[in-house]
Amino acid sequence: MKKLLLIVAMLVVGFTQAQSRYEGAMQKGLAQLSEAKTPADMLAVSAFFERVADAEKDKWLPYYYAARTNILAGWMDPKADKDKSAEKSKQLIAKAVALEPNQSDIFCLEQQVAVQQLTVDAMNRWQTYGAVAAEAIAKAKTADPANPRPYLLEGQYQLNVPEAFGGGKAVAKKLLEKSLTLFSSYKPASPFHPDWGKELAEKTLAACQ
Amino acid sequence: MKQAIIIVVMFLCAYCLTAQVSVTGSVRDNKGRILAGASVTLKGTYDGGNSDSTGRFSFKTTEKGNYMLVAANIGYNTVEVSVLLAGEPVQVNFSLKEAFNELKAVVITAGSFVASDKKKATVLKPLDIATTAGAVADIAATLQTLPGAQRVGEQEGLFIRGGSAEEAKIMIDGAVVNNFFYSAVPGIAQRGRFSPFLFSGTVFSTGGYSAVYGQALSSVLSLESIDIPERSEVQVGLSPIFGSAGFQEVAKNKKSSYGFSYNWVNLSLYQKLVPQAPDYFKAPDLHTVDANFRFKTMGNGMLKLYAYFNTTGLGIRNPSLDSIGLKNAFSLNNKNFFTNISFRQSLGNGWKLNTVASISYNKDQIQNEVQNANNQTTPSTQIPVIDYNHYRLNNHQWMLQARAVAEKRFGAINAFRFGAEVWNNADSFRYSNQDGIFPAAVHDFYTAGFAETDLYITNDLAFRPGLRAEHSGLLNKWNLAPRAALSYKLGPYSQLTADYGIFRQTPDRRFLMNNTDFDFLTADHYILTYQHLSSGYTFRIQAFYKDYRSLLKTDDALRNATGTNGNGYAQGLELFWRDKKTFRGLDYWISYSYLDTKRNYNNYPITAMPTFAATHSGSVVIKKFWVKQMFGMNWSWNWSTGRPYYNPNLPATGFLSNRTIAYSSNNFSLNWLPKIGKANSVVVVGINNVFNELQIFGYNYSSRVKDGNGQLISTAVVPPAPRTFFLGLFLSWGVDRTQQQINSNL
Repeated sequence: MKKLLLIVAMLVVGFTQAQSRYEGAMQKGLAQLSEAKTPADMLAVSAFFERVADAEKDKWLPYYYAARTNILAGWMDPKADKDKSAEKSKQLIAKAVALEPNQSDIFCLEQQVAVQQLTVDAMNRWQTYGAVAAEAIAKAKTADPANPRPYLLEGQYQLNVPEAFGGGKAVAKKLLEKSLTLFSSYKPASPFHPDWGKELAEKTLAACQ
Repeated sequence: MKQAIIIVVMFLCAYCLTAQVSVTGSVRDNKGRILAGASVTLKGTYDGGNSDSTGRFSFKTTEKGNYMLVAANIGYNTVEVSVLLAGEPVQVNFSLKEAFNELKAVVITAGSFVASDKKKATVLKPLDIATTAGAVADIAATLQTLPGAQRVGEQEGLFIRGGSAEEAKIMIDGAVVNNFFYSAVPGIAQRGRFSPFLFSGTVFSTGGYSAVYGQALSSVLSLESIDIPERSEVQVGLSPIFGSAGFQEVAKNKKSSYGFSYNWVNLSLYQKLVPQAPDYFKAPDLHTVDANFRFKTMGNGMLKLYAYFNTTGLGIRNPSLDSIGLKNAFSLNNKNFFTNISFRQSLGNGWKLNTVASISYNKDQIQNEVQNANNQTTPSTQIPVIDYNHYRLNNHQWMLQARAVAEKRFGAINAFRFGAEVWNNADSFRYSNQDGIFPAAVHDFYTAGFAETDLYITNDLAFRPGLRAEHSGLLNKWNLAPRAALSYKLGPYSQLTADYGIFRQTPDRRFLMNNTDFDFLTADHYILTYQHLSSGYTFRIQAFYKDYRSLLKTDDALRNATGTNGNGYAQGLELFWRDKKTFRGLDYWISYSYLDTKRNYNNYPITAMPTFAATHSGSVVIKKFWVKQMFGMNWSWNWSTGRPYYNPNLPATGFLSNRTIAYSSNNFSLNWLPKIGKANSVVVVGINNVFNELQIFGYNYSSRVKDGNGQLISTAVVPPAPRTFFLGLFLSWGVDRTQQQINSNL
């Protein structure tokens, strides 16, 4: 009996500790994410999330954040080799997809990577990478019709597409308005689930006026 | 109580063991170079860090015991080291070996110009072909702005590094296209038949090409057709010189597509607006239809079917040099059919299969007449050189071919490729003049097998040996042609490539009607290339030596082959510079070729520089596009020093010793992409030879009429008009799936 109690106690200790460790790590990572100022900071956050993800093995969220911060780092550093950075992002996304095959926000990451690669040589790449981006957005919408971020990303993208190619302010505006409508009733599934974009949608919408 | 104490102690212990151990060290590659941004992780924990700009890393961990410390960096093999964490600081210095990586590895094919969307390192993009001023969306004309390709204004074809047009082969998806250009008209270079928009990839080799290709002493141009288009659309093209209509239908699942187009070109209106020097009694009139079907098979395979049919008719009248007051009236009717079916499939386990089969047919009906001042056929003049200008020539060519190439990938990025091809060429001619009708036919069944391998010794050093064996049924002879390429990477953007090869070709069949006891023609290539290729800049310098060991010799009338004991050489230096970065939104390239070449072939009495070579030549191409306005302007300047021409007034020792004046052409084009109604449209305006510079491509001499000094009279071969103009409007109505998506979701 005593032994059993002891084992139970040890398990409880171990479990609660592990749980809080993961949560603590996520909290720490998200805090670092909001404080990151330089591309190097952002890459460090990405590396941290990747370590958490590799250690946990069965959680997609740290891979999600590792990829997201890697993409952000690519944007923050204008001199970054975006194709190389995209390779890394894609590796991380692939690991996230393996754990969570039909996640709207992971599809959103795919679109962001495609857009990042497109900007390297927009004139020549828009056809191929534009199609990849559009497909990712379509999958993201199907996976979770209530997710406002696919609309935000598409609106952001269309704003930069010349009107002659079917983009422009009017097209973007519709998408961003839709995104904001969805944001008004959006609740992330947990404190660690993606919960970004509302402010960005408002800002981008303002640019459409 | 005791229990409770134990539990509390245990709880505390879980935290009391948090004494931190520091882990430090450095990450470098196996050559001792610093690797910044590499991640170092204590495997199975959250602890780790990244190497900084000096390659050092450090972090603290609360873990205890044996752990694996892992260092990883993209493009390098990951290294794991076992560490014991026992309170003492730990130091580990990592050395990572570069992983074999296609993106970083040296490029074996750096000796050729690649235009592609798919590959990362390319000199040109497919769009460049459509937006080069002066080229008017003609593939060959764009390639002529690259070093190595000579500009020959009076004749179509690719003239590469002192090679004649016959020495270049052009293929679509691996199948040779026998009549890539519209049929020859004396003195006027013709365009290529195919639109650049059919192709997503272009590999233009000016020498030293792979063993996968053959039957070209100088150069191959390999065009790869597009796969499934991005979207369904209806297209209409309008211009004073042509009208076209077509559609592409892409299946919803994007697994298949088909399309059809019709194009009618008629130059009568244009020739009324822009006077032409020759008298066109029948303005060029062309009808073209083409159709395609593309299908994605299981496992990412691709089946593509393309069919093309064209008829061309024209009649052109020039004053005869052999008799004052008479004219030569040349008329041409051409029918051309080309179809190919290609199939590629991954077979798993690193195997890939590429096959293609094609049928092509070409029929030229040529009629030449001597006419009087009233454009009536003259009766016999009893002067043979004049009367022989009454002739008809019917010319049929059939070509059937099949080809298969298998590729096996091994050890990361190495590849082994082998395959075989067969060509069945059947040509028949019927020549008739006052002496009678002279039919002739010639048939060649050609087979070839080839193998090559890409061996990456390291990421920086690659070797590609290849071997090709060919048999010509017509000659009833075999040949072997070894090839080799060695590439070494000097830095992240620069590399050196050395190419060597023996290149063989069956002599032009039209000289083999009466005798086929000849050998293959042979040229050896030695090429050294330095290339710097980053996203903004391209710089290339190439030095080459081409030894024509065997060229065809013919009788004086240039009718029958007499031997393959002709020979020659070509050597030179070429420079290419492209800059997309220095000036925002402006893209330009400069190319320069120095060429020293001489040959004794065909009916040449001595060794001389051929008519299709210029010692110095070059181009400047400038493109500027304003994305906001969707408006682009392009400029190009092509120039070359004078080319040799034949002057029969000179003795044989002076053969081809005259030079034309230098060539220069400045060209301008403008493209504007407005949205007209629901259509995406492109307006193209082009002017070639903006400054009206005098261009002389050579001289035609009379065979009997002499001037006051006893010299045969001549006329200069000049373009039909000093300037050419182009105006076109292209409209496309696309069923854009992304737009559908937006609308269905809102």
